[in-house]
Amino acid sequence: MANEQPPKKHIPTEKKIKRVSIAAAVLVMYIWTFMSIDIDWKEAFNRFASNYNVVVPQLFSPNWARAGEVIEKMIETVFIAYVGSLAAAILAVPLGFLAAINMTNNRFLSTVGKWILSAVRAFPEIILAIMFVVVVGPNPFAGILAIAIGSTGMLGKLYAEVLESIDMNVVEAMQANGANKIQIMFHGIIPQVIPEFLSYAIYRFEIDVRASTILGYVGAGGIGTMIFFAYSNRNWSDMGMILLVIIVVVTLIDYGSTYIRKRIV
Amino acid sequence: MANKINKPGLNDDVYAPMLSPWRAKAKISLVFFIILFFLWYSSRTTGVDFGDLIMGFTNMGQIIDKLFPINMDVLGPAFDRLIETIHMAIIASTFSTIIVIPVSLLAANNITQNWFIYNATRLIMNILRTIPDVVLAVIFVGIFGTGPIGGIVALFIFSLGILAKLISETVEAIDMQPIEAMRASGANTIQSIAYGVMPQVAPQFTSFALYVFEINIRASVVIGLVGAGGIGQLLMSQFSFNNYGAVMTIILVIFVVVVIIEYISTKIREAII
Repeated sequence: MANEQPPKKHIPTEKKIKRVSIAAAVLVMYIWTFMSIDIDWKEAFNRFASNYNVVVPQLFSPNWARAGEVIEKMIETVFIAYVGSLAAAILAVPLGFLAAINMTNNRFLSTVGKWILSAVRAFPEIILAIMFVVVVGPNPFAGILAIAIGSTGMLGKLYAEVLESIDMNVVEAMQANGANKIQIMFHGIIPQVIPEFLSYAIYRFEIDVRASTILGYVGAGGIGTMIFFAYSNRNWSDMGMILLVIIVVVTLIDYGSTYIRKRIV
Repeated sequence: MANKINKPGLNDDVYAPMLSPWRAKAKISLVFFIILFFLWYSSRTTGVDFGDLIMGFTNMGQIIDKLFPINMDVLGPAFDRLIETIHMAIIASTFSTIIVIPVSLLAANNITQNWFIYNATRLIMNILRTIPDVVLAVIFVGIFGTGPIGGIVALFIFSLGILAKLISETVEAIDMQPIEAMRASGANTIQSIAYGVMPQVAPQFTSFALYVFEINIRASVVIGLVGAGGIGQLLMSQFSFNNYGAVMTIILVIFVVVVIIEYISTKIREAII
């Protein structure tokens, strides 16, 4: 009797069946994945063995001669992210209001707004960049447009969530006192949402700096152009320099943005 | 004097310096002008030209002619490559969710008491997160050659950085009392993690794993552009042949898949938490 176990928890049969079927589905998914993926392991291993010594040591010995040029391009990248995020922070306001149910009081409009925002979010920035390169030609402006549109999706969604969580008592009190729509907007709604809106916009700027480092790969300006050339020429010490600059600048911007956001909210 | 204590004058700056409307207005205006100045300066250096944009939109007819009619011939290969993309995302997300368990425990200050290990893990993970996915892809394609394996390794590293941050923050926010109770009654580290930490973070852990899968689908499209396999590779090759009809088809396929996967993953995550 010393080995007697505590009583086992009773699990209903339906729950058991559900669990087993989920496990089976996951298992089938993995079998399917590993059976059908086309990887030549031996070839990959050989390549790894021969390329490792070519690539990795060079990455860690950055080419300092090109530091000036890389930093210049990185500044351009930050500018692209800045203009893009600022444009998105403004563009997202009307969309956020449209998608927030307590602002429109109309289920249809709010659903339409939410659909627009999630449709925009489904495009990766680089694909938007490809589209804008086709529209305005290969220059940083295409990158700005890609960042602006790409960020609008996420910012609009976050803005709508902020708007939906505001204190509506203030708005009702103002309505009861005979304030018109514009007065309610400027004295009832905006003061409540400004800190969060700003904080999200700055957070998005952080993400946009990362995102815009790659836009140049399709010709949309910034440091991505240099990544493209360094990769095409297999110039790994240039790549090391680019990587170093990206890491330093992105880290600095992250710290700066976290500091500002803490002060705002 | 008495006047000053009981009833400060309206322009009494000394009384409440931070609440002075004049100062607040000046400060906000200054910030506003700095923002505008940066906007002007960076627009100038990056060559923002709304003329180009309007021209671009008036030329929209030509572009639509380029992008449409969409080329349906590419649909078959696009579908095959799409399956490859999904496979890459599944493998990368699986391995990163497994590896992240020890990493996130090391990067949580309530589990790892050792100052050096904690900060070293955090530093490495923070550096990993700053590297853009495409740069990772470029490096691993350089090492492994073109094909899905470089992409899988790149996605793995990329999602490891994101997951480590999210999960170590979750672990830091857990209730430490059960763990202290277990340690007091003689449980070792592994036991207290398995029975004290894991049950508390399991729902968030699953939710973040799905979230990372979602991100990986999107990222695997992007990293395909540099030759790391998947549908992005097909997109890039059609783009470089100026085959815009096919490009548009692939973009639409990606769009539909991203929307579907996001929808499913959101539903599952809502059910879990």
